Amino acid sequence: MVNGLFDDAPLMQQGPVNLSRRRFMLTSAGAATGAFVLGFGLPARQARAQAAKGPKYRGTQVPAFLEIRPDNTVRLQSPFIEGGQGTFTAMAQIVGEELDADPSTFLVENAPAGDEYAVMDSGMRITGGSMSVRNGYPAMRRLGALGREMLLQAGAQHLGVPVSELTTQPGQVVHAASGRTVNYGDLAHVAMDLPVPDPASVKLRDPSQFRWIGKSVKRLDIYGKSTGKVDYAIDVRVDGMLHAAVQHAPRLGMTVGSIRNEEQVRQMKGVHSVHRLPGAAAVVAERWWHARRGVEALLVNWVEAEPGAASDIRVMPADFSTEEFRKHLATVSGKEENAETRGDVTRGLKNAHTVVEATYFSQYVNHGQLEPPSALARYNPDGTLDIWLPNQAPDMFRADMARRTGMDAEKITIHSPLLGGFFGRHFLYDHGSPYPQAIALAKATGRPIKLIWTREEEFLRDALRPMAAVRFRAGLDATGRPVALDVVSATEGATEGLGTKRGKDLDPTALEGLTNKAYDIPDRRIAQLFVRNPATLGYWRSVGNSMNDFLYETFLDELADKGHQDPYELRLHLLRDNRRLTTLLKAVADLSGGWKRGPFTAADGSRRARGIGMASPFGSEAAAIAEVSIENGRVRVHEVWEAIDPGKVVNPAIVEGQVNGAIALGLSQVLLEETVYENGMPRARNYDGYPILALNQMPRVHVKIVESGEKMGGVGEPPLPAIPPAVANAVSTLTGRRIRSMPLSRHDFAS
Amino acid sequence: MELNINGIQHHVDVEPDTPLLWALRDDLAMTGTKYGCGLAQCGACTVLVDGQAVRSCVTPVEKVAGASITTIEAIEQDDLGKRVVAAWVKHQVPQCGYCQSGQVMAATSLLRQVPHPTDADIDAAMVNLCRCGTYNAIRAAIHDLASGSTDGGA
Repeated sequence: MVNGLFDDAPLMQQGPVNLSRRRFMLTSAGAATGAFVLGFGLPARQARAQAAKGPKYRGTQVPAFLEIRPDNTVRLQSPFIEGGQGTFTAMAQIVGEELDADPSTFLVENAPAGDEYAVMDSGMRITGGSMSVRNGYPAMRRLGALGREMLLQAGAQHLGVPVSELTTQPGQVVHAASGRTVNYGDLAHVAMDLPVPDPASVKLRDPSQFRWIGKSVKRLDIYGKSTGKVDYAIDVRVDGMLHAAVQHAPRLGMTVGSIRNEEQVRQMKGVHSVHRLPGAAAVVAERWWHARRGVEALLVNWVEAEPGAASDIRVMPADFSTEEFRKHLATVSGKEENAETRGDVTRGLKNAHTVVEATYFSQYVNHGQLEPPSALARYNPDGTLDIWLPNQAPDMFRADMARRTGMDAEKITIHSPLLGGFFGRHFLYDHGSPYPQAIALAKATGRPIKLIWTREEEFLRDALRPMAAVRFRAGLDATGRPVALDVVSATEGATEGLGTKRGKDLDPTALEGLTNKAYDIPDRRIAQLFVRNPATLGYWRSVGNSMNDFLYETFLDELADKGHQDPYELRLHLLRDNRRLTTLLKAVADLSGGWKRGPFTAADGSRRARGIGMASPFGSEAAAIAEVSIENGRVRVHEVWEAIDPGKVVNPAIVEGQVNGAIALGLSQVLLEETVYENGMPRARNYDGYPILALNQMPRVHVKIVESGEKMGGVGEPPLPAIPPAVANAVSTLTGRRIRSMPLSRHDFAS
Repeated sequence: MELNINGIQHHVDVEPDTPLLWALRDDLAMTGTKYGCGLAQCGACTVLVDGQAVRSCVTPVEKVAGASITTIEAIEQDDLGKRVVAAWVKHQVPQCGYCQSGQVMAATSLLRQVPHPTDADIDAAMVNLCRCGTYNAIRAAIHDLASGSTDGGA
């Protein structure tokens, strides 16, 4: 079934095909007699759907979301993009549950740009912040229920019986009295022409009756992804297209001066043309390999940005060094802006029996998604623009394209294929995506252009997870437990790091994971000391929590040691009035066979220890224990146990996969990853200089999902932040050396 | 240049030093084989040349003229390849999926040479990178194949 679905998808076709979504939709509508294709180029239906749109309910324009084909397959336009996190399958489960259609009969695609798909509470549409399922859940259930109502109405007309006598079973309307059934696919052409019922009127299924929500339904994309049949943006082809490659300025802000060998490169085999772009030189060719060879041969004289020139660019200084910046963050003084205060930290520290002070560090990291960025831009004869690119917010990207081109947004069609890796890479980062270059080259050449960034050019323009130096001061009471905590983080948040101007309010992503910790420490203050970063910043899976929970939780273990407390018992004490987290912490300890800190000797003779980390990211709760040893001076992680409480879950198997993936990325960060700049340039431009976790470094993973029934939280990001501190705390216990920074590969544990 | 790919003879009009990856992707429109790094670091471009896993991003076409090349597009025409795909489905291995063409090719090559690989064999052979962290599912799928419990019909 699944492979059959993928065979039909427009982006899965082999060979050079014209992939205009609009044209495809109309063609398929014409080709498949009786199929009902909705929402595109059908203004009458859109107008009718508009009537159902109210401020209270989002995502009610059923025909814009659902196409039910004569073969009973359900084509769903998902407001959220699939990048590996399982969202397409989850959307099929949620909609299918209320529509009464088996999720395995769904074909899910990323919806085009458009207000009708802005289903989030915020009125926006972004796939990120681990929001898709928890934020889309009410709207997508309602959507399925509205669709079912419309099918029931059409069934009543078709069978000539009152709607009250009808019910449904998966994929069918049923008239029990006469024993008659009608497939949804035979009713859809009537059903989707009916007015959308009042969203307030629909009755949702009782959760105790769920067949698919909460079950480990198989993912819809597995077979296609196991056989190379799915297409990512980098795989899309259109008729007449040329390929392009770029050479970026070595530092952001520099511009092309002269090109010393432009004429020779233009004469190279396969080269179509050579172009100057803002901050880059480009070569266009009939094949990408020719474009790449050409662009690498270009000898460009790069011109420095004019000092002090007004600019919306973060000009990278020629002397920028992450090592120096780290020292700067550790020592800089300035305004400390409080993000969270409780009690009186000054008094708490003054009255403390012991005061502990330490500075902890986080490093820059790259996204390292396996699919290099690309964009395919095509101007059409009618003046419209089609563009294919990986992105996690089609409407925001389209608005940016309209701004850059001066075009009406309605004339830009944005296509959003599956993402070959997510991790926060495909948000709107100035200079972080090839689409402005692809658009410029398509305009200059009059041909469709597919631009692929080499891995090396990607490492030069990726947006980085921020660095921080956090100065902790804590007061312990006479029993050795923390009673006061003062935290000042010298950093810049990812959100405020997107622009060149700082917002009026504190950026919550700067300190999340230092703030909102559940531990009962009566006197505390969490503050930011804002330091502008020369590098372009961005969101990295679990954002601020990706570093801040490491910083906090490792310092908490330092406090436990200073106060002669067991780190597990201390956490239980500090969470004694928090039933949810006490349950979670005990659950992970139980999962690991009972808390056993070590060091101890394992069955293979190696000396090992275990460490704990906890985090409360993106509406969920997580607790992890890691077991480590030292092999040839390097840290080896043998086991990770993680308990996660996202309130309730839609697909336990996908949650377990996400926990595995988040553990891998968390381990990669704490063990290996660090983006190092020297002389304004990243030292690594490919995976050879920027190692990421490999299979032989992956520990055994044990997952416990705790469904507390609390408000639904996120899943994709929340399992990550507890991992780095769990590992670092285990290493501190094992080696007796306090770990205050990542990655551990910086340390040699041989001695 | 004549290339035997998936049992079919193809003529490609490229220079002899063109990487096989780009002949596949741009000349033959076979985009199941992925570009990841261009340096034989990540394994997303893995194909089989005479049954052996090869990084097509650094393999000039002249080196494989006359050899038998298998890409992900034809992996299910091979009995072992078909079983590997079935195990990938059974264990729900892929997440984003971008590296998985290469992972499936690497696993097929490993199992062809070592039908019952140990963990150490898997560690040594499966060096393809996966940023989504599907490594444990990959290991489980390979062990499952080695134990013979997964047939082609899953």
